[in-house]
Amino acid sequence: MDLLSRKATCNSHGQDSSYFLGWEEYEKNPYDVVKNPHGIIQMGLAENQLCFDILESWLIQNPDAASFKRDGQSIFRELALFQDYHGLSYFKNALADFMSENRQNRVSFDSNNLVLTAGATSANETLMFCLANPGDAFLLPTPYYPGFDRDLKWRTGVEIVPIQCSSSNGFRITELALEEAYEQAKKLNLNVKGILITNPSNPLGTTTTQTELNILFEFISKNKNIHLVSDEIYSGTAFSSSEFISVMEILKNNHLENTDVFNRVHIVYSLSKDLGLPGFRVGAIYSNDKDVISAATKMSSFGLVSSQTQYLLSSLLSDKKFTKKYLRENQSRLKNRQRMLVTGLEAIGIGCLKSNAGLFCWVDMRHLLSSKTFEAEMELWKKIVYEVKLNISPGSSCHCEEPGWFRVCFANMSEETLKLALKRLKNFVDNGILTRSCQVGQSLKSSRKKTTMTTVSNWVFRLSFHDRDAEER
Amino acid sequence: MKQLSTKVTSNGHGQDSSYFLGWEEYEKNPYDEIKNPDGMIQMGLAENQLCFDLIESWLAKNPDAASLKRNGQSIFKELALFQDYHGMPEFKKAMAEFMEEIRGNRVTFDPKNIVLAAGSTSANETLMFCLAEPGDAFLLPTPYYPGFDRDLKWRTGAEIVPIHCSSSNGFQITESALQQAYQQAHKLDLKVKGVLVTNPSNPLGTALTRRELNLLVDFITSKNIHLISDEIYSGTMFGFEQFISVMDVLKDKKLENTEVSKRVHVVYSLSKDLGLPGFRVGAIYSNDDMIVSAATKMSSFGLVSSQTQYLLSALLSDKKFTSQYLEENQKRLKSRQKRLVSGLESAGITCLRSNAGLFCWVDMRHLLDTNTFEAELDLWKKIVYNVKLNISPGSSCHCTEPGWFRVCFANMSEGTLDLALKRLKTFVESTDCGRMISRSSHERLKSLRKKTVSNWVFRVSWSDRVPDER
Repeated sequence: MDLLSRKATCNSHGQDSSYFLGWEEYEKNPYDVVKNPHGIIQMGLAENQLCFDILESWLIQNPDAASFKRDGQSIFRELALFQDYHGLSYFKNALADFMSENRQNRVSFDSNNLVLTAGATSANETLMFCLANPGDAFLLPTPYYPGFDRDLKWRTGVEIVPIQCSSSNGFRITELALEEAYEQAKKLNLNVKGILITNPSNPLGTTTTQTELNILFEFISKNKNIHLVSDEIYSGTAFSSSEFISVMEILKNNHLENTDVFNRVHIVYSLSKDLGLPGFRVGAIYSNDKDVISAATKMSSFGLVSSQTQYLLSSLLSDKKFTKKYLRENQSRLKNRQRMLVTGLEAIGIGCLKSNAGLFCWVDMRHLLSSKTFEAEMELWKKIVYEVKLNISPGSSCHCEEPGWFRVCFANMSEETLKLALKRLKNFVDNGILTRSCQVGQSLKSSRKKTTMTTVSNWVFRLSFHDRDAEER
Repeated sequence: MKQLSTKVTSNGHGQDSSYFLGWEEYEKNPYDEIKNPDGMIQMGLAENQLCFDLIESWLAKNPDAASLKRNGQSIFKELALFQDYHGMPEFKKAMAEFMEEIRGNRVTFDPKNIVLAAGSTSANETLMFCLAEPGDAFLLPTPYYPGFDRDLKWRTGAEIVPIHCSSSNGFQITESALQQAYQQAHKLDLKVKGVLVTNPSNPLGTALTRRELNLLVDFITSKNIHLISDEIYSGTMFGFEQFISVMDVLKDKKLENTEVSKRVHVVYSLSKDLGLPGFRVGAIYSNDDMIVSAATKMSSFGLVSSQTQYLLSALLSDKKFTSQYLEENQKRLKSRQKRLVSGLESAGITCLRSNAGLFCWVDMRHLLDTNTFEAELDLWKKIVYNVKLNISPGSSCHCTEPGWFRVCFANMSEGTLDLALKRLKTFVESTDCGRMISRSSHERLKSLRKKTVSNWVFRVSWSDRVPDER
C-alpha cells in the first residue's frame, strides 16, 4: 500500500525546475563583497531591498508597535490570544486604505471584503480551493511566475492552461490568444473556471494595459461562469501610479457594480514586494462575492497572519505620513535602479522589454543563443550561472513560449553589486561574441551532461524548436 | 454550472455545529465584570490565560526579542527577508529542546525533522495532505476536538471513522474499539491510512495511558498504517503521573530507527502550553524524510512569521525561563482544575478524573430529561441561555453518550470561575421533578453514578444524534 499520498510523492510542487536549481547553486557559493567576491550574485530573487532604511527609521520613531504596546500600555495578552480568522479590524482597515492609496485613491477597498492570509502564496491557493474543483482549469498568460504551478495546482488539483503571449507585440494578451487558450482547455476536456493575471506582471515587469483589461472583461462578461483573479502583489512597484490600472478601477469605471461580473473579479495582494516584508507572511484576498469571502475566511484558518505581525503593520500602515512618503520614495528608487540595469544591459548590446513596474526586467538574450531552442537557452543559462556567476531565471521556467528571454532582478542587492554583475556580464558577452562557436565547443566538451553534445548538432544543423523538457512545465 | 467550488457550497467546514453556535451567542452578550456582569461567561474556549505574567515579565527583561534586535543591533532587514520554509534554525532548535524538556528529556527531537506550520490547524491539515488521498480514512477516538472535522477533512477529502470510547472505562481506547473502527471503515469502502489521537486528550483532559499507547503502536504496526499523535496539550499535564509521549513508547519498545518509527508523527503547537494562539506557531515532527520534505514544501501555504519565530526562539532558548514556566504552568493549571472540580461537586456534578488540559469532561447525564442527544441539546440551551455559560456539548465532540460537556477553566479569572460555578449551582438546585440535588445528596449521587444513567432514571435506549452535530 502506498504509505504516502500522491501529493507527497509526486513532483507537482514543481521544485525540480531550473528556477529552483539555480537557487541551489547560489546557496552553495553565494556572493559576498568581503567574504566571497567571486561568488554567485543572486539576481533570481524578486525581493525589494531598496527601502529598508525608511522602515527602520519608522520603527525607531515608533517603538510601541513592535513591543506589544499601545499608548505605552501593554496589549500583549490581547494579541497573544487573538486568533480570530476575521483578522484584526484595525489592521484590515489600514491595509484596505493602503491598497486604495496604492491606486491613488481612484478606488476604495472595503475591509469587510478583505481576507488575510499567510502571504499571497496562501491567498492564491485558497482562492483556487474556493473557485475551482479538482480538474477545473484556470487560464494564465505566459510567461508567468513559476511558483503558480505549485500554488494553484498542487494540492487543489486545478489545472493551468496557458494563454500564449509573444514578443511580437510585447507579450500583450490578445483576444485571439485568450480564445485559443479557452479552446485548448475544451479540447483537453477541462472546465475553465477563470483567468488569473499578475498585474503588474511577473516576470515581464509591465502593467496590464487598458486594452488588455478590456479584452479580459469582455471575455468574462460573455462567459458568465468565469472568474478573473488579478494578483496585484506588485501594485506598489509601478514606477508611476497613474500607469497602473487595477481591475477594481475597471469595475468602477465601467459601472459594473450591479452586474454579475462584480462578484467574479477578485484581487490578491501581499506586503512581500511593495514593503519588502516576505518574512512576515502577510497576504490578502479581496472579493465582492460574500460567499467567497465567507469560505476564504474559514479557509484562512490554515494560514492566519501572526497577531504580533498584524499589530506591528497596522501601526505602520495607519501612519499616513509614512505611507505617502514610502510609496513615493519606493517608486522613485525602483525606477532609478531599473534604469541602471537597463542602461547597463544596453551598453552590452542586450535589450529588455520596456518595463514600468516590478523588481526585475525581462531581458532579451535571444541573440546570445547558439540556436533558437530551449536547449540553447538552458546552455546559455548554465553558462551564466556557472561561468558568469549570476543567478538569473530562464524564460522557460516561466513557461515562456520563446527561448532566449531571462528575468533579471535588480532590487535585491546594492548598487555596487548590480554594477559588478553588469561588469561580469559585459566581460562574458564581449568574449562570447568573439569566440562564440569555439567557446560553445569548449564548454560542451568539458560539460558533464551528455545531452549537450546533441545540442551542438542542433545548433549546427539548425533544427526547429524542441519541446520543453518535462521538468519545466 | 456552479460558480464556486463544492468545498464552498457544501458544509464541510463544519461550522454549523453547535460548537460554533455557542460562540456566536457569547459574542452577542459577553460577560464583563464591570460592563456586563450578567453576560455570558465563556467556558467553551480552550485557552491558557494563567501564565501571561511570566511571559510579560520575561519580555520586560528582554526587550530586544520583540524589538527585532539582537545584542542591541537591529536585525529587522534579516527578519523581513527571511521566508525560508525550512524555518529559522535557532527557532527549530529551541522548539526541539522545549519539546524534549516537556518530556523530561527522556527522548530527543532532531530539529531537522521539525516542519513549522501556522498553528497545529495547518500542521494537521498538511499531514493529511501528505498521508492520505481523497477518500482515505483516519481513525479517531471519540470524543474528539470538533475542529478536526474541518482540519482533517474539508479540503483534503479525507474521511474520519470514529473509534468509539465510552464512559464504562473512562473513555479509554480499547483493542476491540480499534478493530471495530477498522472494520467499519472497510464496510464503508474506505482505505484506512492511520490513526490520529490527541494526547493529552481534548476534550477529556486525560493523558493516554501506557497501555493505550502500546495498543496503538502495536495496532499500526500490524496494519502497516500511520499514527499521528497531536501533543498540543503536552505541557498542560498536571497530574501525578508523567506525560507519556508516543515518542517515549517508541523508545521503550526499542522501535527507534525502525520502519514503524517512520510512520509515527507528532503534531505540536505553542497555542495551549504557552497560551499564544494568536502567534500561529505549530509544528509537525516526523522520522520519515519524505514526509518532512513534502510537508516542508507544503508549509509554504502557512509559514510562521519570521518576526514571531525570532521572538519565540529567544524566549524558548532561555532555559531558566522555560523550566520556571513549565513548572509554574502545571501548578496553576492543577490548582485551577481543582477549583472547578470541587465547585462542580458541591453542585452534585462530577467530572471524568483528569490530569491534563485546560478543561474538564463533565458528567451531566443526571440532569438530562431523557438519555438522548435531544435532551443534551435542551440542557445545553438552558445552560447557554438561562445560566449564561457557554460550554461545549459532548455531541459536538462526537461523543456517543449524551450528557457529557466540556467545561474550560483556564481562560478566565478565579473570580469569574467562582461566579460561573455559583450560577450553575443555582440552576441545578432550582430544577424540579425529583432531581433536586443538595450538598447532602451529592454523595449519594456519586455512588449512583457508578452505574449507567439508564439504570438510575429511565430505561430509554440511545437515540440518534441530532443531524447537525455530525
